Amino acid sequence: MDSDKSEQRMLMGNEAIGRGLIEYGCTLAASYPGTPASEILASAANFTKETGVAAHIEWSVNEKVAYEVALGNSLSGKRSAVAMKQVGLNVAADPFTRSAYLGVIGGFVIIAADDPGPHSSQTEQDSRFFAQFAKVPVLDPSSPREAKDMVGEAFDLSEKHELPVMLRPTTRICHARQNVVCGPPRPLKRQAHFEKNPGRWVATPQFLYQLHSSLNDKLQRIADDAAYYPVPASSRPTRNRQAIIASGVAFSNSFELLDDLNLVDEIDLYQVRMPYPLNRNFIENIREQYEQVLVIEETYPVIEMQLIQAPNTIKGRRSGFVPNQGELTPDIIEGLISRFADRPAGQTTPTEAPRGKRPSLCAGCPHRAAFYAIRKTFPKGIFPSDIGCYTLGMNIGAVDTCHCMGACISQAAGFYHAHSQDGDDFPPIIVTIGDSTFFHAGIPGLINAVFQGARFVLVILDNDTTAMTGNQPTPQVGLRADGSRGHQVSIDDIVRSCGVGFLEVCDPYNLDAFVDLLKQGDAYCRSAQGGVAVVISRHPCLMDKRATREPGLRERVRVTDDCTGCGYCIERFECPALEFAVQSSSDTSCEDKRRVRVVEHICNGCGVCLRICPKNAIVAEVVQ
Amino acid sequence: MKQQIIISGIGGQGVLFLTRFFAEAAMTLNLEVLTSEVHGMAMRGGTVISHVKVGGFKSPLIRTGQADTGLFLEAANLTVHLPFLKEKANIVVNTADKSLYPSIDALGVARNCCLDLAAANLILLGFAFNHQSFFCEADVARHVIRGMSKGAQTEANIAAFEAGFSSGGS
Repeated sequence: MDSDKSEQRMLMGNEAIGRGLIEYGCTLAASYPGTPASEILASAANFTKETGVAAHIEWSVNEKVAYEVALGNSLSGKRSAVAMKQVGLNVAADPFTRSAYLGVIGGFVIIAADDPGPHSSQTEQDSRFFAQFAKVPVLDPSSPREAKDMVGEAFDLSEKHELPVMLRPTTRICHARQNVVCGPPRPLKRQAHFEKNPGRWVATPQFLYQLHSSLNDKLQRIADDAAYYPVPASSRPTRNRQAIIASGVAFSNSFELLDDLNLVDEIDLYQVRMPYPLNRNFIENIREQYEQVLVIEETYPVIEMQLIQAPNTIKGRRSGFVPNQGELTPDIIEGLISRFADRPAGQTTPTEAPRGKRPSLCAGCPHRAAFYAIRKTFPKGIFPSDIGCYTLGMNIGAVDTCHCMGACISQAAGFYHAHSQDGDDFPPIIVTIGDSTFFHAGIPGLINAVFQGARFVLVILDNDTTAMTGNQPTPQVGLRADGSRGHQVSIDDIVRSCGVGFLEVCDPYNLDAFVDLLKQGDAYCRSAQGGVAVVISRHPCLMDKRATREPGLRERVRVTDDCTGCGYCIERFECPALEFAVQSSSDTSCEDKRRVRVVEHICNGCGVCLRICPKNAIVAEVVQ
Repeated sequence: MKQQIIISGIGGQGVLFLTRFFAEAAMTLNLEVLTSEVHGMAMRGGTVISHVKVGGFKSPLIRTGQADTGLFLEAANLTVHLPFLKEKANIVVNTADKSLYPSIDALGVARNCCLDLAAANLILLGFAFNHQSFFCEADVARHVIRGMSKGAQTEANIAAFEAGFSSGGS
């Protein structure tokens, strides 16, 4: 685009946020991918390239690292941002909470994307509560457009008070698309300058009382800032005794519903753009003006708990009026508003819909081959696993736990210690972790397990990418977010230097060799000098367009008449390219026979299924 | 004009492409538009749905019984996503089997016309444009598909749209 002019663009909420970072002068953005935040950083990288501004955009190995890299840039006086999903902020909690006390110099924005529902997360925690806990102001956008504007507001606010500011979009904002006005970037032309101030940047305990006191003063000033007085949806003065206070996408839904239900003239609606700290005058005025207040927010009662008032006038989660878990969909809000207005609920009360088709690993996914081998080799094994596409190994019965990033390795150590206390024999423990998860939080767990004498087989599912979130490169790939080459860091080298005594690498498509290595690994665990055995299962992700592949042969797979319809392949291999079909028998004296067939347009021709059928009924011809 | 559209399918079928298509088409006509998409794990072959709201809306989500139009890339999703649609909504379905609604065997059409099977989504889209009215005309659709496609993909995508558009379906 012409960089001097504004124009409309169709942007996803995350793209709008990435665009906002570049427009408002951010010179360093760091992130670790995670739904629903993943597209923010790629957008910042794209717009950096497109507009030609100077900025460092990076996929960091985890959120804590990302946070700290961005802090260094801010302390040098430059605008900085860090983006992550809500549970990523748990990982970055340490630098996050302290940065509120010490403050920042260049504007610092934390984008924490929440996932009410949750749709793609291990909790539906509310990052606004985390902001309140850390004493950091938080903005809650109600549309992609507003999310972009709020990036600029957050930078300004951050610099005015030398305080980090959180922007908290939710899934429905991150993954909504809207026409958004894009303006030219405003480069701030600041030179990096770090002014030493040990009392602040080293801040030993003797300084923290004063820093905490100054943080409290900042929050008071922000709570009194008229710019963050919640916005009435209608500018006309009313004498209504009922009000709805909402934020984020819940505000957008409430706005539309009041209109649809013809309640615009009867109930006042306010949008809270800054849920914490809630404007103090607003709290007073609400108390005086309204008899009944309904608070609609996701996912925890952050606004509600700041409206200190006689509890019977506030209807929300604490009063039990609003459900205490799950997403506040338009259907649910319709029911809430109808009840609040004392109207009969509409016909559209949500019913429990059937759940549809569960996700599964892609046809030809190398993880499937690895999981099949693991379960077949160790039918009585314990299978700790982790977060990524490969969590779907649970469909194949080869994933027993999934907790948080990197937990599988340490959990496996715990399983080992629990069982080894009871005698010499312990069950096979086969851990699976993805390459990106290993970099993120697996390494300390591996060092600890080796040092503490745990015994298990660790399978690193190395598909050379962060697949689940859209194929972001890992340090081993050596590609950075802007497409330039970085120094490659090898997983093999890391494993060796963690003190692991057994390390083998194998392509899981070679099923027999892979099974053999698993057995060797387990034998090593049980040997006198044994410990943690590592098998790297290496084959590039089929969804990764960057991956280099061996050219040529693939197998055209079909199922012969030898298929008895036993279902072993469907249950244990669970490939989306294999399905049951009823085969009508031409002989009318015979019953129709259930048989498996290959869904040709889904099959990727990996050929692994040829080796799993008990009747050898899956065959193939090799094609170019 | 206001129109609420759902696009239902399973991850990998091109639901997101169709969502972007409607969004870009609305923008071409200077209409306000909001969409809502599903990303993350469900995209690995699970049931997914997109919402498209054209006209002056504030919420990206469609309520039960409010959608005017439904495009179903997967017939099995009818039981899951039908509640989003109005009673008299226009529905098109991609299926080789008999259907209560206007339907087309998009994979079959793709095979017959030597098109990439991944273009089934555009075949269904073309079919839909011939069977019902949208906020934009078919010519706008062609223009937008061209704008969204790259290189050799452009003609293939247009061919898929036309194959659906000219197909009678069932």
